[in-house]
Amino acid sequence: MLDVFTLFLFNIIVYNIPLLYGTTGEIMIEKSGSLNLGVEGTMAIGAVVGYLAGAKTDSLLVAVLVSFIASGLVGLLFAFLTVTLQANQNVTGLTITTFGVAFYYFIGNALSNSAGGWPALNGTKLDAQSQALHIPLLSDIPFAGKAIFSHGILVYLGIIIAVLMWFYFKKTVPGLKLRAIGENPGAADSLGVNVAMYKYTHIIIGSGIMGIGGLYMGLNMGGTFEGSNCWINGYGWISIALVIFANWSPAKALLGTLVFGFFNTLRVQNAALAYAFPNALGWLLKIPSHFFSALPFIITLIVLIISSLSSKGRSGEPQAIGRNYYREDR
Amino acid sequence: MKKLISLLVSAALAVTSVFALAGCSGTKGSGNEASNFKVGAIYINSQNDTAGYTYAHHHGITEAMKKVGLDPAKDLYIVDNVPEDDEKVKQAIDQLAGNGCNIIFGISFGYLNAMDEKAKEYPDIIFSHATGYLSNDKNFNNYFGRIYQARYLAGIAAGYKSLALGNNNIGYVSAWGTEYAETCSGINAFAMGCMAVNPDANVNVYEIYTWGDQEKERQAAELLIDTYGCCVIAQHCDSAQPQIVANEKGVYGCGYNSDMTKEAPNAHLAAPVWNWDAYYATAMKAAMTNPATFMTEVGNYYEGLNAGLVDVSALSANCEPETKEAVEIAKKMMVNGEWDVFSGVKLSFSGAAGSVTVTKADADLLKDDGSVIVAAGGASVDDGVIQGSMDYYVKGVTQVNK
Repeated sequence: MLDVFTLFLFNIIVYNIPLLYGTTGEIMIEKSGSLNLGVEGTMAIGAVVGYLAGAKTDSLLVAVLVSFIASGLVGLLFAFLTVTLQANQNVTGLTITTFGVAFYYFIGNALSNSAGGWPALNGTKLDAQSQALHIPLLSDIPFAGKAIFSHGILVYLGIIIAVLMWFYFKKTVPGLKLRAIGENPGAADSLGVNVAMYKYTHIIIGSGIMGIGGLYMGLNMGGTFEGSNCWINGYGWISIALVIFANWSPAKALLGTLVFGFFNTLRVQNAALAYAFPNALGWLLKIPSHFFSALPFIITLIVLIISSLSSKGRSGEPQAIGRNYYREDR
Repeated sequence: MKKLISLLVSAALAVTSVFALAGCSGTKGSGNEASNFKVGAIYINSQNDTAGYTYAHHHGITEAMKKVGLDPAKDLYIVDNVPEDDEKVKQAIDQLAGNGCNIIFGISFGYLNAMDEKAKEYPDIIFSHATGYLSNDKNFNNYFGRIYQARYLAGIAAGYKSLALGNNNIGYVSAWGTEYAETCSGINAFAMGCMAVNPDANVNVYEIYTWGDQEKERQAAELLIDTYGCCVIAQHCDSAQPQIVANEKGVYGCGYNSDMTKEAPNAHLAAPVWNWDAYYATAMKAAMTNPATFMTEVGNYYEGLNAGLVDVSALSANCEPETKEAVEIAKKMMVNGEWDVFSGVKLSFSGAAGSVTVTKADADLLKDDGSVIVAAGGASVDDGVIQGSMDYYVKGVTQVNK
């Protein structure tokens, strides 16, 4: 048994890390000046393909690589449509979401109806490899050890990706060039930066990162396929909002994930907190559950409004976002 | 040219996704005239689902068709993924009527108004609606089952487990609470089953406020186990997540809708299940014989264990040894009509495996606030349950979140 407070902190991380993958992936794409609304579908495809590959080979490494590649291919499609063919980014993104989620159900249903059935996670090596790591010393710290230092490897991978991406944007030359393309692709082009190549690469890598987040969700749900309830469950959409919340900074994306995760977890655990601490938190029970259910979205909305009002709040927004770059228009 | 290619690729994506989403929706069969009787069905989810509500009905309809000599590949017309939206339901009905269906089943609660209206427009077609409350006396009935009887049996299995573990806390992840008679009657019956074995059992209900959300179901089960110390997790929600969590955390559970022993091999005890083919076969037979007498022959249909419409899945090896006998005794009493759950007679089971006995005692059926629902010895309020008037918990049930 876990005490309610540890479980609360633990769940903030366990259930919301996929948002970090989705958000950092989307930040990478948006920094190149492309707005990809296909996060939900990209995550769904990475999740289902990666999970099946992982279950087949019984290896987490394969699962991660395949989900990265599968979602990367979705990114390639998005890049081909919007960069090469100059298709409308919003419409292409939405199409990818519809396609990706439907692909998830299509594969899942087909496999579940087949003779072999949907592969189970329980008891496999893949399951064992995605379980919580025991980090010597750190995991043994009372309270924080369980809440922060007892997670599966994919949780830490998500955080490492966010940190590396922050470093990449801020401290490296390719990162600088990428930001230049997002701000003014014409100027970057005139300085000899290969705009199309940069866009392609970063859209593919960003999409691949989202795919790992999708895989994480599937593994966290015990790997079961439900005929009418997708693993991703709207997290892709929330990620898109969190990009603005984070002001296009991967470091702040981590913060945004935790803040959103706090309210997302409160939504489920408010009654348990009140039960465990009747004197200090008993008042939580007086608030209707529906309010808690709405709270994460109310908070997101408030943050979006505030950041839209202040010029500093959107200072990270690439100026050329959402507009296709066509050299001859320059 | 680029524009053209991008348009084509987008269009191809959109088209394939529509097909995949709908699971090749539309109609099955070629409209072959080999048999005159055609069955129409409107589903809320996909006909290709492999578990859950739509799957249970689709399975029931196809099994029943085989029983009454129809061929599901030829005589069954389906419109699936139909949301609870009057316009969409009406379109689906028009489509099925156009296919020449003689009877149309609608499986979701929100189809009721559209079906009511269309029943007047197509007087020659029989309309049959699950879980609703509207009907007419010519060609529109509704049907539902006494699933609470099966939940009582699952409660017995949970009760024995809690007794053996010496832990009176039992958890219940529920989509809704007292808002729907369907959910609270299930919770109440389950709790009464637990208490028939372990009088001190306390059922802690966590309401997730949605019929299906894997992640919430999962977290609710975690909370019930970690914070409230529950040793058995029962559920009334779509996915198997509560059972999977019980399995991970080394406690026990009772699933719903299908035998979830597959998902939770070390945790699952027994699940209340539906056998919808029992109803569908009855309805099809009556409509094939004489549609004019359908409403007098079948009418509004609310059966339970007696008709085999509901049952409890095979007891798993995780169950305590006494469970089987006690479940059989209670089941027999409900099948032959000797006793029913929501009456003023309380059952209690005692004795070791091999000599389990039941004692019947007149006792007030109490609400959680202590008021009397049925006085000691009184008759069952079961019709109130099935028609949706139950909106309270019995004593022994606590909802942990409000």
